[in-house]
Amino acid sequence: MTPHPRALIAEDEPLLAAGLRADLAALWPELQVVATVGDGLQASAQALALQPEVCFFDIRMPGCTGLEAAQALAEDWPEGVAFPLLVFVTAYDDYALQAFEAQAVDYLVKPVDRPRLTGCVARLQARLAARAAVPAATSDALEQTLQQLRGLLGAGQGANPTAPRLAVIQAQVGNLVHLVPVEDVVYFEAADKYVRVITAAREHLIRMSLRELLPQLDAQQFWQVHRGTVVQARAVTSARREESGKVTLQLRGRAETLTASRLYAHLFKGM
Amino acid sequence: MPTPDSCEIAANAPLAPAPAASARLRAKVWRHVWVVGGLCVGIAIFLTVLEGKGFIPKLVYSLCIGIACTLIVDSTRQAVAWGINRLRARQGQPPLANRGGWSSAIPGGVLAVLMGPSLGMTLGDWLTGNQTPSLYQLGSTSTRITLALSVLGTVISFVVISTQERLATTRALAEQAQRHAAETQLRLLQSQLEPHMLFNTLANLRVLIGLEPERAQAMLDRLISFLRATLNASRLMAHPLATEFDRISDYLALMAVRMGPRLQVTLDLPADLRDVPVPPLLLQPLVENAIKHGLEPHVEGGRITVIARAESRAESNTLVLTVRDTGSGMPAAPSLAPGSHFGLAQVRERLATLHGQAASLTLEPVADGQGGTLVTLRMPLPALLSKPQSKSATP
Repeated sequence: MTPHPRALIAEDEPLLAAGLRADLAALWPELQVVATVGDGLQASAQALALQPEVCFFDIRMPGCTGLEAAQALAEDWPEGVAFPLLVFVTAYDDYALQAFEAQAVDYLVKPVDRPRLTGCVARLQARLAARAAVPAATSDALEQTLQQLRGLLGAGQGANPTAPRLAVIQAQVGNLVHLVPVEDVVYFEAADKYVRVITAAREHLIRMSLRELLPQLDAQQFWQVHRGTVVQARAVTSARREESGKVTLQLRGRAETLTASRLYAHLFKGM
Repeated sequence: MPTPDSCEIAANAPLAPAPAASARLRAKVWRHVWVVGGLCVGIAIFLTVLEGKGFIPKLVYSLCIGIACTLIVDSTRQAVAWGINRLRARQGQPPLANRGGWSSAIPGGVLAVLMGPSLGMTLGDWLTGNQTPSLYQLGSTSTRITLALSVLGTVISFVVISTQERLATTRALAEQAQRHAAETQLRLLQSQLEPHMLFNTLANLRVLIGLEPERAQAMLDRLISFLRATLNASRLMAHPLATEFDRISDYLALMAVRMGPRLQVTLDLPADLRDVPVPPLLLQPLVENAIKHGLEPHVEGGRITVIARAESRAESNTLVLTVRDTGSGMPAAPSLAPGSHFGLAQVRERLATLHGQAASLTLEPVADGQGGTLVTLRMPLPALLSKPQSKSATP
């Protein structure tokens, strides 16, 4: 166990961030809070840069949610470094978090009372100690965390299974609207607030975020393989597992390859 | 712990199920049976007393005539109403609310008096095995009595039944309105006591108590008056615009503690509009939307501006309330999340109930470089307060 474990706090409400920091200082004096950030985008960026042992992520934050920040973190986390222990903080039961109590991913409900935080700190300390004792278990811990993140992300998206399915993508260029049947789409790629729609022949841009688009696609037909990529399963010809745990996808009708992140690598297994 | 989604579903369900169509039909049939049956028994008793013999055959004839008359009146009304509605539909008018009232009852009544007695007598003859001479051979006293009683019975039963029907309709409408009001109140409460808002505020308060007890106290005062206003809102019909602005300022003060420097607030209420009566917490959902969908998800935060203005035109004066945020703007695609447009729909509904077409609510993106969303609410300014400023501004 590192003598002075480091932590990152992502919380958009300044008082709550200060409060958590003060409570942690009292309960766990060795813990060093190396950064406090106020939005989801900075949460993942700073965590990647500072590589703390523990991350406290608020669920509802501007930029992106704590879950999405955790997803970005899991996808871009470097090889060979122990993945941070995640603690989600929420004011209300937005997600099925309680199912994950006391496992790789912990959670706290605001207002965070002392007994609950004390328990959380004890679990974090125990897990850090276990990691220090058996360094080989690091990759297992990551796989366990990934498993839970998959569950959480799935729970967030599965909330609206009855949403109408899109049959045609309507991409506007000036005063011309291109109609693209969804069957023709090879993959969708997030580009800031837009989504690039790539077919075998050409590409279009639609003014919609991937998050808004996703519930309108048939999950059997279109697979999310990365936080910014959704591919049509029928358009994938082969998948090669890389050393890093990522998967490289070859596509029908497109020269470029796509990368499926560790979070979605489990989709591509031999039967 | 219930998820927000399940709360939403519970709020959408009506408080009490509306009476089913089959239940209404059953009530109607029973009404007919009681009124017509009662009248026929009465007539049979009357005739028995008059003639002094044979109650049972008289009851049979009386019931047969009563049933025949009722069937003729009702089927004629139904047919006439159906015809009228077909005509109205062809002219693009909505169907009649009831079955046409008296206009469709008169032909039914005439037909019933002409045909009911003879039909009923024939049925009665068949049932009792008697042979009564044709009713149309006027002259015999009993025939005249039968006809007179039929006319009287038909008129009485029609009046009684249609009065009862009207009462039942009125009662059903009143119940529906009450249910509607209760539902709106429940939804209002639920949206204003949103758990996310409540628990985050309490979490801030918890921290503030340790750090700055005096500020914590001020925040608690704001929370108390916000909660009190929310709970009272469903009981009051209207409160002054100044009070409305006070409540918004309570809510925004709570949000300002939570969001820190990310939230700036401008409230602008001219003195001469302070006393204008408005429905309680009408603006609350709009301000809440501006925070929740505009500023909270916006990394840089921004400013919310609430302005009240009077707009004078030749024929009428209008109160214009605007809520503007410099937040992340409206999404390109409407959100699919349940309840995401509930706030707006609720304000529209309240305005429509109070002012009909005279009030409006619009939502538009702002293209002035700062971005965000502008919501404009217009409603008639009560005449009392819309006098020239020079007079009403002096206290």
